Amino acid sequence: MNRVVITGIGVYSCIGQNVDEVRDSLFKGKSGIGFEAIRKEMGFRSALTGILPVPNLKDKLHRRFRNSMPEEAEYAFLATDEALKMAKIDDAFLDNNIVGILYGNDSTARAVIEGVDVMRQKKDTTLMGSGSIFQSMNSTITMNLSTIFRLKGINFTVSGACASGSHSIGMGYFLIKHGMQETVICGGGQEVNPYSMGAFDGISAFSVRENEPTKASRPFDKNRDGLVPSGGAATVILESYENAVKRGAPILGEVIGYGFSSNGGHISQPSVEGSARSLKMSLKDAAISVKDVDYINAHATSTPIGDMFEARAIHEVFGDAKCPVTSTKSMTGHECWMAGASEIVYSLLMMQNSFVAPNINFETPDEDSAKLNIVSKTIEKNIDVFLSNSFGFGGTNSSLIVKKI
Amino acid sequence: MSNQEIIEKINGFLVDEFEADISLITPEASLKETLDLDSLDFVDLVVVIENNFGFKAKGEDFVNIKTFHDFYDYIIQKVNQPA
Repeated sequence: MNRVVITGIGVYSCIGQNVDEVRDSLFKGKSGIGFEAIRKEMGFRSALTGILPVPNLKDKLHRRFRNSMPEEAEYAFLATDEALKMAKIDDAFLDNNIVGILYGNDSTARAVIEGVDVMRQKKDTTLMGSGSIFQSMNSTITMNLSTIFRLKGINFTVSGACASGSHSIGMGYFLIKHGMQETVICGGGQEVNPYSMGAFDGISAFSVRENEPTKASRPFDKNRDGLVPSGGAATVILESYENAVKRGAPILGEVIGYGFSSNGGHISQPSVEGSARSLKMSLKDAAISVKDVDYINAHATSTPIGDMFEARAIHEVFGDAKCPVTSTKSMTGHECWMAGASEIVYSLLMMQNSFVAPNINFETPDEDSAKLNIVSKTIEKNIDVFLSNSFGFGGTNSSLIVKKI
Repeated sequence: MSNQEIIEKINGFLVDEFEADISLITPEASLKETLDLDSLDFVDLVVVIENNFGFKAKGEDFVNIKTFHDFYDYIIQKVNQPA
């Protein structure tokens, strides 16, 4: 079995467009949430969203590449470019080694809608243009990045709802651990446009605290009223420990545990039993006890029911261990398909810089969150081991454990 | 629209949409080689022609278009064709 390490990270999110900006925002407890007026015109219950600019890649990528890229692939390109540079992986390395990609994504709403709009309006498929097909497929991020970076290893998209990014890292870890790949680019991307979130808004999942955007996402707080959608992309470069040491790559942490489960129940309602099973499996895989975990990055999205189930699951597994728990979604909103990857990046930044980022807006605990050690202000703390949860619709659960080397 | 206006419009979208270097666009230069067009690019050429001139070019129309001069002539002829 190979040890699996992280040698590079990159991120493009509403709390920063690179690792340094994001680290500062996390430390300061800065919210990236705002109000996007166009959503009200489109009939949204809530116009709250993570606010981030769509990048302009004209100076970075040839027209032909850009033509096939929806916004989520653009975010993923920037995050991956940053991560590869950090990992000291250059063009020569990419050309001479088998590097794979497993990236989380679970929608391409804008590309599908805009393509179909042309077809309906013009009654002609050619006029949809050549980029539409490559932008509309769910594997758009992996197909674009594997082409841009000339990748030669594993290459597919992981669609596991809001656990997609986490599962992509879990699967990359599995392949490297078992010797089937040496280096895998993992991550998650999430489009931020209103088209991608209308139906989600339609099931009343979003906070309507529109008069206080930065206070709307308040995971575990008694007065939470729903999540705030967000997005961007985050990339984590996974490598075998042996390979990383051999080429002198920076080692940011070691993935030591991956747990997963399916609830086998309701399509949107989580379950304590299913979540707890994922947590326990990750701890067993890592061969550690709950006392060894210094920080838990919770999935908690700020929905009344979801946070309650996760609080109960963490309490069931961790008991009175009082491990610090925060949900960085209090600052970022729910980054959905990206979240499982970005939260590994956020937690790694905390581990590297010895602090726990706050669960902002946690003011009043409820019966379940009162049983956890939820940190509402930044604390300085050494983190040797952290655990990150990601849960998604359909009852898909993923838990990852990372250790400092 | 005059022929010159049509040519300027074509050069405009070739620079904007296809990021062509205007200094390389001469009447006798090869359209395909100068713009480095592949099969997907021809689909997008059909799209920009439709957006700018309101007619849909067919794939076979491009068989005899070798140079920018041929391309301009083709568009001018289609634009001036009676509806």
